[in-house]
Amino acid sequence: MKRLRRLIPGVDQKLLLKDAGKIMPDPARRAFLRGGLSLGALTMLTGCDIVDSISAEKVLRKVSEFNDGVQAWLFDPNQLALTHPKSAITKPFPFNAYYALEDAPDIDGKDYRFEVGGLVQSTKPWTLDELYALPQETQITRHICVEGWSAIGSWTGVRLSEFLRRVGADTRAKYVWFQCAEGYSTTIDMPTALHPQTQLTFKFGDEILPRAYGYPMKCRMPTKLGFKNPKYIIAMHVTNKDLGGYWENQGYNWFSGL
Amino acid sequence: MTATTIGAQDRSRPVIHPVWVRITHWINAVAVLIMIMSGWQIYNASPLFAFSFSPSITLGGWLAGALLWHFAAMWLFVVNGLIYVALGIVTGRFRRKLLPISSYDLFATVRDASRFRLSHDDLSVYNAVQKLLYLGVIVAGFVVALSGLALWKPVQLQTLTAIFGGYDATRYVHFFAMATIVGFLVIHVVLALVVPKSLRAMITGR
Repeated sequence: MKRLRRLIPGVDQKLLLKDAGKIMPDPARRAFLRGGLSLGALTMLTGCDIVDSISAEKVLRKVSEFNDGVQAWLFDPNQLALTHPKSAITKPFPFNAYYALEDAPDIDGKDYRFEVGGLVQSTKPWTLDELYALPQETQITRHICVEGWSAIGSWTGVRLSEFLRRVGADTRAKYVWFQCAEGYSTTIDMPTALHPQTQLTFKFGDEILPRAYGYPMKCRMPTKLGFKNPKYIIAMHVTNKDLGGYWENQGYNWFSGL
Repeated sequence: MTATTIGAQDRSRPVIHPVWVRITHWINAVAVLIMIMSGWQIYNASPLFAFSFSPSITLGGWLAGALLWHFAAMWLFVVNGLIYVALGIVTGRFRRKLLPISSYDLFATVRDASRFRLSHDDLSVYNAVQKLLYLGVIVAGFVVALSGLALWKPVQLQTLTAIFGGYDATRYVHFFAMATIVGFLVIHVVLALVVPKSLRAMITGR
């Protein structure tokens, strides 16, 4: 990840450091591993060949990868998330991140350039005005957090599939990777990237996307858990290599589809 | 009790629980414990009520760990549960053991129990309360699995989520199905300890 971060201008180094310190607290980490040790009996039942070097955590992560495959198989590219009336919008819509709102990236729209890379024909950076000129649509959908809560919001922007078409992306590639201003990142599968409700979002409700919700641009995917919907996006790569993500690398399920 | 005396006594008693019941029972015990304890940790990330579960009785250490456990043990719970239910139906065990439940029997069992005159002489025959509890917990198992599926895939399986009343309502259904199972477990474990030969039967079969 370090190498990739260096490629991206404008990443806040101070926030990156904060990031590193935010990795799960020690006692919790130990409890997780302790829970892992008692998995012995369970793994025997599943017929895994238990060698000392294979920890329970590795077994659990393998099952999580298996679940990625199951979810990709379950994913129907034509199945739309339910849409709701304006009256159903949750007010106030929650701000949620691993940092406080005052630490959220504060991006100057005039200097903003959206970098596009990887398996695309045009790597020309995009200004906000160029992005705003793209055809837009609005969706009122339910945002579901991995923590369990949910909230309905209104998002307006361009279909990611339309944007991918315009940059000449190779949509046979497996992944789309997003880099965010604070160092956050996530990788999604191409079928989700091409889903009609997957959107590069510029507006929340009737207003330009506020700082709390990802100014100047987020990627809204009502078919994925909230943490797979990156905010403050500054770069995107079309790739055949899974470049992981901030939470995914710490053990959250990679696919996290709904 | 030594191994030889168990063996001698065992041969003189009929088999109460065939081997498939015992295997699926204990696999289910492990799976359900993991599901409940990791589920409590997941609940703590965004509690539905004004309480949280003590970390001392949760599994996973933090949300991601709990989710890894939950979404691994779900396979064990569902696959093992389906095998159990299929065999219960195919072998006729459910029909023989759990049906019918008459209101007269139910009344008589409650009356006997309140006078501490409940008979445990024949472990192979369930009284009406046992039948009701065992059938009830199987139903709760279905509800917990289906509501869990509806929470996991509220877009792909949105019809299922809608049947439970939408995403937020499904969280409550999932919680109360869990609470029902926990309630059953408390009674189940206490009674197994009060009547130890029932525990022995679930291990040796007799």
